[in-house]
Amino acid sequence: MATQKHTLVAIVQDKPGVLNRMASLFRRRGFNIESIAVGHSEVAHLSRVTIIVNGSNAMVEQVRKQLDKLIDVVKVSDITGDNITIRELALVKVKAGSATRSEIIEVADIFRANIVDVASDSLTIEITGDEDKIESMLKLLKGFGIREIARTGRVAMVRGNIGGVPGEEKAAGRRSKKQA
Amino acid sequence: MKKTGAQIICESLIAEGVEVMFGFPGGVLLPFYDTLPQYPQLRHVLVRHEQGAAHAADGYARATGKVGVCMATSGPGATNLVTGIANAYLDSVPIVALTGQVARPFIGKDAFQEIDITGITLPITKHSYVAMEAGSLAEIFKEAFYLASSGRPGPVLIDLPKDVQTEQAEYSYPEKLDLPGYKVPTRGHPTQLKNAARLINEAKRPLIIAGRGVIISRASEELKQLAETSQIPVISTLLGIGGFPENHMLSYGMAGMHGTGCANKAMDSTDLLVAIGMRFDDRVTGNISGFAPHAKIIHIDLDPAEIGKNVPAHIPIVGDVKTVLQALNKLIESREHIDWITQLDEWLKQHPLADVNDSTGLLPQYIIHQLYEATQGNAITVTGVGQHQMWAAQYYLHTEPGHFISSGGLGTMGFGLPAAMGAKVGRPDKTVWCIDGDGSLQMTIQELATLVQDNIAVKIAVLNNGYLGMVRQWQDLFYEKRYVATPISCPDFVKVAEAYRIPGLRVTQREEVAGAIDQAMAYDGPFLIDFMVEPEENVFPMVPPGASNIEFIEQPKKEVSTWPRKSIP
Repeated sequence: MATQKHTLVAIVQDKPGVLNRMASLFRRRGFNIESIAVGHSEVAHLSRVTIIVNGSNAMVEQVRKQLDKLIDVVKVSDITGDNITIRELALVKVKAGSATRSEIIEVADIFRANIVDVASDSLTIEITGDEDKIESMLKLLKGFGIREIARTGRVAMVRGNIGGVPGEEKAAGRRSKKQA
Repeated sequence: MKKTGAQIICESLIAEGVEVMFGFPGGVLLPFYDTLPQYPQLRHVLVRHEQGAAHAADGYARATGKVGVCMATSGPGATNLVTGIANAYLDSVPIVALTGQVARPFIGKDAFQEIDITGITLPITKHSYVAMEAGSLAEIFKEAFYLASSGRPGPVLIDLPKDVQTEQAEYSYPEKLDLPGYKVPTRGHPTQLKNAARLINEAKRPLIIAGRGVIISRASEELKQLAETSQIPVISTLLGIGGFPENHMLSYGMAGMHGTGCANKAMDSTDLLVAIGMRFDDRVTGNISGFAPHAKIIHIDLDPAEIGKNVPAHIPIVGDVKTVLQALNKLIESREHIDWITQLDEWLKQHPLADVNDSTGLLPQYIIHQLYEATQGNAITVTGVGQHQMWAAQYYLHTEPGHFISSGGLGTMGFGLPAAMGAKVGRPDKTVWCIDGDGSLQMTIQELATLVQDNIAVKIAVLNNGYLGMVRQWQDLFYEKRYVATPISCPDFVKVAEAYRIPGLRVTQREEVAGAIDQAMAYDGPFLIDFMVEPEENVFPMVPPGASNIEFIEQPKKEVSTWPRKSIP
């Protein structure tokens, strides 16, 4: 069966062990995660997990359903087919002597990346973008000698008005009215 | 009012309607056990091994439909529960497992008898909790019982640190639950229901396969109505046995690896398979590429993740079986499938089960038949795992849900005795027979002591063939009779029973069977019969592993039997 990259977004409760439960499920059912990123969502006590998983439609649908069965997972959707923005941040420490420094800065400029640290023999570059953009820059920087890479994993969001935690808009509205 | 954690645990159990729990104490549970006498309405059955506690809770839950509760101390006590929890998970049985844990300051320090039991049981529990403060206990218990029993049932574990049991907290049992991530689907999708009804009304050779979901959802009446209105033959999975009366005109027995030839032929020929509350286990489907090749499949299940997991469904209906069938029954029309049913009856004659009177020796099938006769089909039968389990499934016709209790998904040898114990505690009004093998029984035989201490009147029928029979059967059929590690020596079970102060009998002749069973039933208390059956009898029919269901092997013998018998209800 044809495999493709799928982007899943899960809204989960901030409870001990929730990531453990998700990871355990991936391992047990033999699902391969390419990238996972976790952070707070727009609602208190709920976190947002973005998971990139490679597989056939049927397999990923099975991942989605199994994740949805976890009690601490409030909602999980496969947004692969939607019009989405995907971003990742990478920090890259590159070897840089006096001879190569300006050339590296030029590369960073082309990718609209920032230099966040300068040392006598290295530069640290911060780049944000989709996977292709980051991979292309890394490819160019490879020639200078890469010392260290730190990547966040991808986060994703559907463009336009849709999205957010279902039912939470109203609840949030009620809360703010109360406060007012 | 302030209460200790241990009191809150007891209050919560009572609030959930718990009457009995199966447990084994230990150091970190002392505060709880010290509190227990304050609550005489909570009966505690002391098991002899924690695995027995989990299986007993499982058997109790299956026999009563209520949540079973088991308890074990930290460390080895907790790890001993693991098999029982896994068994309940795979068979969707509602149990709540309580484990002791070292006091909070010691957690993570590899303290004496400390183990990460929530971590260990993560993949075999529906959910789990570590109660880190006494103030959260009531809410945790409320959620745990709700999660265990609602939706697709399953085991929930609560880990209870020692100092949480002594900590004081305000107690009031919560009325509402806050589980935003937990949805229980109820009704099926109206369009899918309509599509399903259309297919059912149009089908020429429809077939229903009923699983444990029918029993869990208490949907036997609805299933009967569907089958009778549309005249659809019904077959079942192992765990579906009893969801549809097996003496019904439309019942054609169990399907799958040791299912009837008729059921397997019907699955092969049907043009519409209505799968209800079952999950297409490999023991049912055989080789999946050859499964139900001519059929459209309607799959009704509460768990959306089961839809399309093993077998793609043409019409998936996610919802509670009872609710879905009620809706479906309004949409279906009265039908007759005379040719199709005649065909199934023909197959039934062509492929009978082995004749129970086939030998002058002591046939295990004959014993099950005699048990059926003696109990008039009304007993709760609980099995271990192996050949005896399959014979019990084949030769005892079950007519009521919750009366056949067996380990299906995990296939846990040793399940029989402790599960029978739980079933009898839950249903003291019923005769409970534990049908076990000599191998299976030896895995949990220590629970005989529990039967005696708590006077739990389980009747035990050991089908003793001196082999790990099912494994030997595979060696016989697929490994050229090389019986490696399957001959098993047994103690004198009658003497063992006697040592536990349980009366017993040994039966070696078929003429003695009925009398021995009568004697066991007449005795007020637990009783054991050691049946010395023909050692190399095999279970047939059998679909060889990896083969399609239609390629079943039959008993290499002659004569036509009268099984399964039918009576018009």
